[in-house]
Amino acid sequence: MTGADSIVKCLEAEGVDVVFGYPGVAICPFYNAILNSGIETVLIRTEQNAAHAASGLARVTGKVGVCAVTSGPGATNVITGIATAFADSIPIVVITGQVNSELLGSDVFQEADITGAVESFVKYSYLVRDADDIPRIFKEAFHLASTGRKGPVLIDVPIDIQNAPTSKFKYPESINMRTYKPTVKGHAVQIQKAVKALNHAKRPIICAGGGVLLADACGVLRELSERYSIPAVHTMMGKGALPSEYKLNYGMVGNNGKPYANRAMNEADVLIMIGARVADRAISQPDIIFDNKTLIHIDVDPAEIGKNAQATIPIVGDALSILTEMLESEITCSTSDWVDTLEEYRNTMAVVRHPNPAYVDPGEFIRRLTDSMEDTAVYVADVGQNQIWSCAYAIVRDGRFLTSGGMGTMGYSIPAAMGAKYACPDTQVVAVCGDGSFQMSMMELATMRQHGIQGKIVVMSNGYLGMVREYQHYTYKDNYSVVDLSGSPDLSKISEAYGFKYLRLENMKDCDAVIKDFLSTDESVLLELIIDPMDLVK
Amino acid sequence: MQRKVFQLLVDNTSGVLSRIAGLFSRRGYNIESITAGVTADPRYTRITIVTSGDDEILDQIEKQVFKLIDVRDIKVLEPGNSVYRELALIKIRVSADRRQEIIALAETDNFRAKIIDVCKEALIVELTGNQDKIDTFIGLLDGYEILELARTGLAGLGRGIENVTYLP
Repeated sequence: MTGADSIVKCLEAEGVDVVFGYPGVAICPFYNAILNSGIETVLIRTEQNAAHAASGLARVTGKVGVCAVTSGPGATNVITGIATAFADSIPIVVITGQVNSELLGSDVFQEADITGAVESFVKYSYLVRDADDIPRIFKEAFHLASTGRKGPVLIDVPIDIQNAPTSKFKYPESINMRTYKPTVKGHAVQIQKAVKALNHAKRPIICAGGGVLLADACGVLRELSERYSIPAVHTMMGKGALPSEYKLNYGMVGNNGKPYANRAMNEADVLIMIGARVADRAISQPDIIFDNKTLIHIDVDPAEIGKNAQATIPIVGDALSILTEMLESEITCSTSDWVDTLEEYRNTMAVVRHPNPAYVDPGEFIRRLTDSMEDTAVYVADVGQNQIWSCAYAIVRDGRFLTSGGMGTMGYSIPAAMGAKYACPDTQVVAVCGDGSFQMSMMELATMRQHGIQGKIVVMSNGYLGMVREYQHYTYKDNYSVVDLSGSPDLSKISEAYGFKYLRLENMKDCDAVIKDFLSTDESVLLELIIDPMDLVK
Repeated sequence: MQRKVFQLLVDNTSGVLSRIAGLFSRRGYNIESITAGVTADPRYTRITIVTSGDDEILDQIEKQVFKLIDVRDIKVLEPGNSVYRELALIKIRVSADRRQEIIALAETDNFRAKIIDVCKEALIVELTGNQDKIDTFIGLLDGYEILELARTGLAGLGRGIENVTYLP
């Protein structure tokens, strides 16, 4: 048995079904050993997307996603995917091949100091120096990735370590990490303080972040909101934590959110922030917003509390555990006047778009598409104007809404949707991107075809890097610089070349029929929407 | 802005110092000095970091450092309840006829420094103490040329046994 066999056995012990990756010499012992296991492999077309695919899988299954790439450029290419997962706290394990350990540091062919390079984007990284350490390191890596504040862990394995003989394989049953013990249970006194604050609240509001989904706490959050009529808003990463149509869900906050959601948060007297970082796109002026209100900040990462806002009642721990405990106390707050006020805001402050009838209205299209999708569907939004429209108009019921929120990585949607679809073949999965982001990841259409992964991709074509164009419209008075996407390929031919069915929608006339076609076909399908190049999200 | 001395116990693994230093540089925290050395238990390294910032930054430093997987323990060494020492080696250009002036200054009770190397044109003073004492001594060398100066940065321990972290 070799180090490579040992790695495969570790993955089996962790219940890994699939590894996304791209081989090279330095990871070949691993890709040779995996042939003897039941673990599937998916050859992605560029390494960055291996991490995105693992991220998509992780987000829909709650398991740790795994990818494996080679040393040097393979490893450096995967960094953007790792940084994307880190920013959104997505649990993945990235295995990188490395040059012979005796040659480390001598700049040999395809050597890159990947543990050094990813230092600020990983929860932790390992450079394996002894094949006998592999079981312990993998056990720790999966534990680190999936507990506390989740995130990516990288394991760099030199080729000689993969080839080295190892002693009999024994996977550790327990973790013995002296320095890592994340807090799960919230402090009882703090939880009681939060309950007391809610008892006195007249205008309470919940702000749900991505941490609610990561902690699998959507059910208890809904229970808390519904039982005591506490209205809720959410961040971009928190979209889907509560169903879009749930009556007390007032939508997304932030500079791209709903005006009435922001107003609701501003006017609240008690704000329960759960699994949210209070980052700049959600809350641009925390000092003003948190003035004159009680902020109950629940987060599994103590460093997030007090980073961007000073909490009145900080509670460190797992959202599921804390919310469950909060529900054990009777809360007596009466919110009917407050809810009436918010309803009025919702009715009077709705954003009215004035779409150009010659083109597809992206907002209305997304609303109708998601309304027709299955309740459990997974919607993967890319980055750009399409992301803002998706956040504003996508209806999420019991399914999921995935996007790259923290890092804002273009090209995320197609590989992430691929990972999600691979993990849940019976779930409807749709990726929605722009013509810019599509071209960053369109090589993965081949991966889908090769591995029989059904792709449903919506491309919003406007011939521009729309979000940047919009910024240049406002900031540089239409002095456009390097945002024209002329030269883009004919997507009908791209679809044909990759064996995708091609659908096209040029205006809203045939919208419903095309959506029906798009959702009902069992083939992989690409739907191109023709969007007004001058359309704006604001 | 206030100054704070943090004492860390970390796993004695390769790369741990770079992880800590990297955290300070990428988040824009100050490091005035950092010292590291293995503890009585070779599995651990003790690190003393002198840093400065406002209350919020110092709070973040403590939390972000503690979040690093390798960090077992972090505490603040409060001035009233801790001892700090730094070692400085100072090479001073001095001719034989003025050598006694330096030796006399170094050996006063205020400094209790040692002369650890003497050559025809220079000598090396070894001085131990808190940072103020070393700064004061250097200040008194006005008029002499300091050829080379090596300071270790602060090492510190809390007084008494109440705050000792017992390692498993």
